[in-house]
Amino acid sequence: MDPTAPPAPAPDPDSELVGRARAGDFAAFEELVGKYQNRVHALAHRIVGSAHDAEDVTQQTFLSAVEHLRSFRGDAPFAGWLLRVAANHALKALRKRRGLPTVSADAEEGYGDVPHPEFIAPWREDPADLAARHEVRELIDAALAELDDKYRVVFALRDIEGLSVRETAEATGLTESAVKVRLLRARMALREKLTRALGDESARLFPDHRHG
Amino acid sequence: MSEPTPAALSCEEIMRALNDYVDGETVAAVCREFAEHLAGCNPCQVVVDNIRKTIRLYKAGEPYPVPPQCTARLTAALRAKWAATFPAPPAHPR
Repeated sequence: MDPTAPPAPAPDPDSELVGRARAGDFAAFEELVGKYQNRVHALAHRIVGSAHDAEDVTQQTFLSAVEHLRSFRGDAPFAGWLLRVAANHALKALRKRRGLPTVSADAEEGYGDVPHPEFIAPWREDPADLAARHEVRELIDAALAELDDKYRVVFALRDIEGLSVRETAEATGLTESAVKVRLLRARMALREKLTRALGDESARLFPDHRHG
Repeated sequence: MSEPTPAALSCEEIMRALNDYVDGETVAAVCREFAEHLAGCNPCQVVVDNIRKTIRLYKAGEPYPVPPQCTARLTAALRAKWAATFPAPPAHPR
């Protein structure tokens, strides 16, 4: 064995259920639906921003999964494949509603014009405690909804759902470098908004330099 | 303005390194330079911490579960699609 070889990817925890479903076992597929429907629905809701459209996207995602199950080769985890299918349907719904391309087909953006952080302060509480509070959930949902579509989609896929940069690029039709730039813009914008609300004003920091 | 930045990174390099650093990627010299810069720059440390906490906050919890009435519709639609996609073999008629 080559000691310098990268570690083998972890086995897909869903491979047994997927195998049974591919052989025609509906109960196995229903188990997969039960396991992932909330994640698919949450991703759809974050991208399309409406409960009605999120329900449609969820249904279309699993219908597509049935249709393409036989061609799913299992060389990547089922969860990532399913979330990419969901992202595609969500983006389609968004385009249909907005009537224009929302994600791709833009001029390539660079890092140079990403806005600098303005309000810099440590947060007063830990995210695990904050997440349980209703008003914080409203705050973070509103901050995400205010982001431009093209940044929100990338943040939802990469940072919330944990897809890799490459998977996010495949799901959105962007290059990996465009994913990274948009991700940084999303992160910086959300950081700014949330830190203004959740940061400790009395410990605010003022950088003594600008990078440039 | 006081002392200049410890590492002579351009703004663009800082931004690029910040992204990779938040993701825990250790790439190339720019990230080492960024780590050196970070060690002497408290505001940058706080920005990195803010971003990591922002991501953790969004990842925590599952705010949009599928409504129960939607689950029923979903199951019915999937059952119909399944029957059309995976027809029961003729040896086992219902």
